[in-house]
Amino acid sequence: MCTYLTETIDLAGSGKGPRGWFALSRAAVYVDHPQHAPYEHTVNIDFANPALGPSARVAVELTEEAALALVDAIRNALAAAPPGLASAAANLPPTSRAAAG
Amino acid sequence: MAQAGPTFDVMMAETVFFAGHGGDRIEAYLARPLGPGPYGGVVVIHHMPGYDEATKEITRRFAARGYLAVCPNLYSREAPGASPDDAAAVARAAGGVPDERLVGDVAAAAAQLRCLASSNGKVGVIGYCSGGRQAFLAACSLPLDAAVDCYGAYVVGTPPEGAPSTFTPLLGIADRLSCPLLGLFGAEDSYPSPEQTAELERALTGLGKTFEFHTYDGAGHAFFAVDRPAYRPHAAIDGWQRVFGWFDRHLNS
Repeated sequence: MCTYLTETIDLAGSGKGPRGWFALSRAAVYVDHPQHAPYEHTVNIDFANPALGPSARVAVELTEEAALALVDAIRNALAAAPPGLASAAANLPPTSRAAAG
Repeated sequence: MAQAGPTFDVMMAETVFFAGHGGDRIEAYLARPLGPGPYGGVVVIHHMPGYDEATKEITRRFAARGYLAVCPNLYSREAPGASPDDAAAVARAAGGVPDERLVGDVAAAAAQLRCLASSNGKVGVIGYCSGGRQAFLAACSLPLDAAVDCYGAYVVGTPPEGAPSTFTPLLGIADRLSCPLLGLFGAEDSYPSPEQTAELERALTGLGKTFEFHTYDGAGHAFFAVDRPAYRPHAAIDGWQRVFGWFDRHLNS
């Protein structure tokens, strides 16, 4: 089946695509047919920066189990680190931090 | 193995550009036998994953069976020159291809085929997955000679909450179906489900339309896709025979 449903979020960070690292601005998450994974349906995540063009994209296609394990792993990794260590607010560039202070 | 029909083993297959909906320059893949014809034409509508190698292979397959075939890149505008999977991701994020634009692009593709010197003037349309719905849409919106809907969802039925408006059901325009319709579906598909294709069958019967539907046991969505786990040889082989039978009857007779 084609689900057509897509969850989209704005985000900050970086990804590494075919032409190297680039800033990410958006992620799309959907359960649908994969392009490559050997399954009929997968959880597909596109990390992208539309301003840089269609190829500024890091794509993953995960089984449901893998996607849920990834969610847990992300939560566990964050729980093991000091609170807020990786938050955008704690990691502002120096000029921005000065302005914020 | 013996061929089911004549083969046309000298062909030209190439990327072309023409003015699509709104005069926009769009990319397309054109495959045609190099004999004098006259040949019927087929507009191939690619699936949601895009204008990919598998769809180009389908387009060449029509040429090898004596058809002028063209597959417009429906994502030409969003992602010109991008790889098919990147282009599909962009188009998906944008909510899919607007119906009006699809109809304009198919109209332009059909006109391109009719203008070829070896055309017999007849043009049909075939689409897969989201392209199945779009083939039905085109056949209800344009004067065509034959149509094939391969497991297109949301011709009938209600899209889930939050689905893009580009998946509006089409039952309301079924009375405008301009040509004979062949529908090929999987019994294990949920989009469209056998109940939905049965509903469409009842509607088309009521409207007095010419159509044939076949639903394959043991097959789900995308059973024609040779490069995907959904491929079901028994359904695909029989399906191809029915597709060529349909087009031979309505486009090349």
